[in-house]
Amino acid sequence: MNLHTLVESLLNDTLETSLPLFRPELVLCATIVLMLVVRVFPGGSRLPSFVLALGGSILALLLALPTEGLAAWSELQRQELFTGMLVHDTLTAYIRLFLMAFAVLFIVLSELTGIADREDGQDYYALVLGATVGMCVMASANHLLTVFLGVEMASVPSYVLSGVVKGRRRSSEAALKYAVYGAGTAGVMLYGVSLLAGVLGSAHLPTMAAKLSALDILSMIAAGEEGSKLMVLALGGLMLGVGLAFKLSAVPFHFWCPDVFEGASAEVDAFLSVASKAAALALLLRVGLGLTHVTPEPQEAVALAPAATKLVASNESPVTQRTAMKPVALVAEQADSEAEPLSPVRKFVVTIIAIVAMVTCTFGNLAAYGQTNIKRMLGYSTIAHAGYMMMAVAAAIALVGSDITQAHSAVSALLLYVTIYLFMNLSAFAIIAFLRNAMQSEEIEDYAGLVRSAPVIAVMMTAVLVSLIGLPPLAGFWPKLRVLQSLYEAGGTLMITALIVAGLNTAISLIYYLRVAKTMCIDPEPDSRGPVSLGFLPVAYVLVVSLPVLILGLLPEWVARWADAAAQQFFV
Amino acid sequence: MNLSEPAVYLSLLVFLPALVGIVLAVSPVRLTDEAYKLVTLAGTIVTFMLSLWLFSSGNEVHFELGVAEMQNLFNVDWIPSFGIQYLMGIDGISFPLVILTTFLCVVAMGASWPINKHVKAYCVLFLLLETGIIGVFLALDFFLFYVFWEVMLLPMYFLIGIWGGPRREYAAIKFFLYTLLGSVGMLIAILMLYFNSDLTRLDAQQLADAGIIAIAEGETADQALESWKSGESALAQKFVEYSSEADPTQRKPLHTFNILALQQMGQHTDLFDSEVLWGKSLQWWAFLLLFVGFVIKVPSVPLHTWLPDAHVEAPTPISMILAGILLKLGGYGIIRICYPICPQAAYDLAYFVCTIGVVSMVWGAFAALAQTDFKRMVAYSSVSHMGYVVLGFGVWSAVGDTGYNADYWKMGVNGAMYQMIGHGISSAGMFFMVGVVYDRVHHRNLNEFGGLFAKMPIYSGFAVGIFFAGLGLPGLCGFIGEVLVVLSVWKYSILLAVISAAVVVLTAGYILWAIQRVYLGAEYKGPHEEALTPITMREIFIAAPLMFLAVLFGIYPKLVLDYMQPSVDMQIDQLAAWTQEHDERETAAKPKVIRDGQLAVLPRD
Repeated sequence: MNLHTLVESLLNDTLETSLPLFRPELVLCATIVLMLVVRVFPGGSRLPSFVLALGGSILALLLALPTEGLAAWSELQRQELFTGMLVHDTLTAYIRLFLMAFAVLFIVLSELTGIADREDGQDYYALVLGATVGMCVMASANHLLTVFLGVEMASVPSYVLSGVVKGRRRSSEAALKYAVYGAGTAGVMLYGVSLLAGVLGSAHLPTMAAKLSALDILSMIAAGEEGSKLMVLALGGLMLGVGLAFKLSAVPFHFWCPDVFEGASAEVDAFLSVASKAAALALLLRVGLGLTHVTPEPQEAVALAPAATKLVASNESPVTQRTAMKPVALVAEQADSEAEPLSPVRKFVVTIIAIVAMVTCTFGNLAAYGQTNIKRMLGYSTIAHAGYMMMAVAAAIALVGSDITQAHSAVSALLLYVTIYLFMNLSAFAIIAFLRNAMQSEEIEDYAGLVRSAPVIAVMMTAVLVSLIGLPPLAGFWPKLRVLQSLYEAGGTLMITALIVAGLNTAISLIYYLRVAKTMCIDPEPDSRGPVSLGFLPVAYVLVVSLPVLILGLLPEWVARWADAAAQQFFV
Repeated sequence: MNLSEPAVYLSLLVFLPALVGIVLAVSPVRLTDEAYKLVTLAGTIVTFMLSLWLFSSGNEVHFELGVAEMQNLFNVDWIPSFGIQYLMGIDGISFPLVILTTFLCVVAMGASWPINKHVKAYCVLFLLLETGIIGVFLALDFFLFYVFWEVMLLPMYFLIGIWGGPRREYAAIKFFLYTLLGSVGMLIAILMLYFNSDLTRLDAQQLADAGIIAIAEGETADQALESWKSGESALAQKFVEYSSEADPTQRKPLHTFNILALQQMGQHTDLFDSEVLWGKSLQWWAFLLLFVGFVIKVPSVPLHTWLPDAHVEAPTPISMILAGILLKLGGYGIIRICYPICPQAAYDLAYFVCTIGVVSMVWGAFAALAQTDFKRMVAYSSVSHMGYVVLGFGVWSAVGDTGYNADYWKMGVNGAMYQMIGHGISSAGMFFMVGVVYDRVHHRNLNEFGGLFAKMPIYSGFAVGIFFAGLGLPGLCGFIGEVLVVLSVWKYSILLAVISAAVVVLTAGYILWAIQRVYLGAEYKGPHEEALTPITMREIFIAAPLMFLAVLFGIYPKLVLDYMQPSVDMQIDQLAAWTQEHDERETAAKPKVIRDGQLAVLPRD
């Protein structure tokens, strides 16, 4: 292969395959540049950056929508972009669609609450869109370098965003804490990446999985030799996990979360709790499944990078191994999962994710009890919800070894959760932001008797909180149910324990969510507070984002179908 | 869309109250408080009419007297991705309870006139609550059942929390937390049953019994199955696909939430018999989780402590709904779900269930004796009376010693069902009677009453009548249920029968003592004596129907039994047949153990 053909195929790959599939992200990048540059020209400063940002994100959303609707996804093939750095499959498509839709709603919210004023609107929106691009990269990462890159691209704008309200000490403190914490975990994660790549000779996730399965860890454990290699692998995996846990605000890397949520403005909290969390979960799923599951068919990878060619070659062996084992699997499924080369890796990953998920969930719910600030309380609530969602990831990875269809439904549970969580948390934080504008307070006790002066807001907030508990007939129930289902299907002591922990947590969380509802609806109105008026547009916005919580509670079918379609094609 | 289809009719019956509530909530027209109450009352009355119309055989959708099977069964896909159906139907077990619900809602709304705080919100929540309750009784998909079950929680929480007494917030959250803990367990049990269910294991007749295939005139079940399999429905296609797999180890199970199908599986297959934890079978755990969830609602000792608090704090009409209907949901769950789906576990735990019932009866009666708060006393009397219901369900007397004679068990279950109806009338009446006097003098201290007969003669007449009905005086509605249950227990366990019969003495004790302290005596001893005005017409309109029904059901029990007995008897016959089969399998297995020295493997059916 001479240089010419190399360049040729690189160009081909980039221009023909990768860039067209990367269009939504490109539109966002162009919007950012446009917003920043337009002010240089005369009259450009009169063009509000809100319009540009909204236009750009809507265009990106349209591009992210599958052209033929849902049917397009059932044939969507997994395709590696940019020489295997990113991957385009249904998960990418789903999460990207989700992120773009969220970006549109979020930009409208920011305009309505007035957080991005005329002076620094372009900075704010540039940061938001930049972080969104980073999250898209996270969701489609196929290489540990892009994993790191995505995490950082999403994190750095978030640090700035959490300190975007200038002149507030709490806000600056939150931003600093977030940045320092983020930098620390990023360093650890990078170290983990280097360890893993060093042992396995590649940072390309499918190649790593193939290498891992070729390593034959089972016999290594059985022979008791090469312990150090295993240790390095485990250490690398754990360190990589640190970076992911930070983005997920999983215990014990959650300390930044309540402080940042309290210090940052409510709008930014919505961004962090919805978009950032969704991207982090998609990334966890990518890395977790990518390292523990070898796709049976040979990859249609771009035959350019040496890694990719190697991949095809090395992939051959596990494939034949697996197919050879198939008849045996029918007789005794148990034996199959024991003998599969990747099963120890899977067990390791599942155990860690499940335990962290259980602790995260319980801790978040318990710590939310004593909070007096609504944003801080919801900060702990996002920690708890991250726990539930991680359980779905654990179930998916556990199931991928035994029952692919059930693994699909676990992934679909996660996607459903993420989607419904968008409406719940976006409404909650939008209401908090509008109320802050109306009454200059974010303390729970100041919400007393709000149902008298702002009935729509109070009722919608109550519905959202009850949905966050996970009670039917509100939307929050369905994803929780699906997670419980997949935990049950996964079986085993660990998963059943997680099931019980998740169930009990639902009961625990009841009290603190309901306390807010009680304060708003039952407590008497304080005399000191004047009338609380929000105006027409904010109320309309709140209705638009919170009515889905009611509607999806009764008719979750269509979201479930999208999530199913995305999960079905995501891995085979 | 016309009312001659069960799907439309029953849906309307369930959702009409909620529709009225939503219209009230979102309509921009502001009405007076009085008008809101009138609209709500009209909504409940129309719902009541709809349910009464089921009696009329001229109506296309009606309840056929003497038919034991599910009637007006219909099935629409709700969330096909999760396998959840909108499946409803009505039989002799649910029908009387539905009528009781719609009736008591009218009465309770009538009793809501003294409510003057946030009337609109009250009306909306009240109507949502009614939808939830009727939905639970009609739902036959386990999930639909669960959703309706939870729908009731939030309205109830706010109804107690906003319009209740001084400690209302504590009582409301306690009620919510208890029920939610129970329903989390229930959810886990639902998942356990769902993931172990398999429709392909049922034969044609069982599928027909489960309402999955409909048998046309002059067709056998197998023919119906064939025509269903070649049909369009997605479930049928899945059924064909899954059951066509020849290799049994490869065959995928076809899961279902259909309660009727789960009942068939519980009684005719070994799907729920696998061992899961500590040597207990799956259905044992499922039964326990479900039973705990339902018993919290009943409520039975030791999970009853939310009830006195909730009752004392709740406003009068909500107490009436709570005691009159909500407690019955627990009993309904036990008879509809626990027993038919998990017969093996119910058989093993029968004595445990009976003991829970008897302990509740005794405990509730003693606790009622000790109360000085009028409403709290009535609340504990509910715990005691609902103990009869649990006991009646539990008397599994169809065992080998009795030659699998299910007559006494039938008597017990019929008695328990009757007790639910009777208690629905009498407890709602008792709470209303307490409410009438509380509205006047604003206290409930039993020691500060007296002499009400002289001041409010008509009211006192009604009150004493209703309290006698609660006591179980012959000729009133409480008697029939109690006597049927106590008689049936005699064949099951003499010890429990003696104790439960003795509870009648305690019941007489606390009721008579309360009557003596409140209504008899020379003079009224408490504050606000001047407020003791005679009963109003509105109150008479509420008390009179309750009193009338209490007498009617007391002297002519056939009126209710005719409707529910066929369904109850059929279910008990099925369970008795199951017991016999089960014992025969056990005895068939036993000699083998002796002969071969190893456990025999039961042949799969």
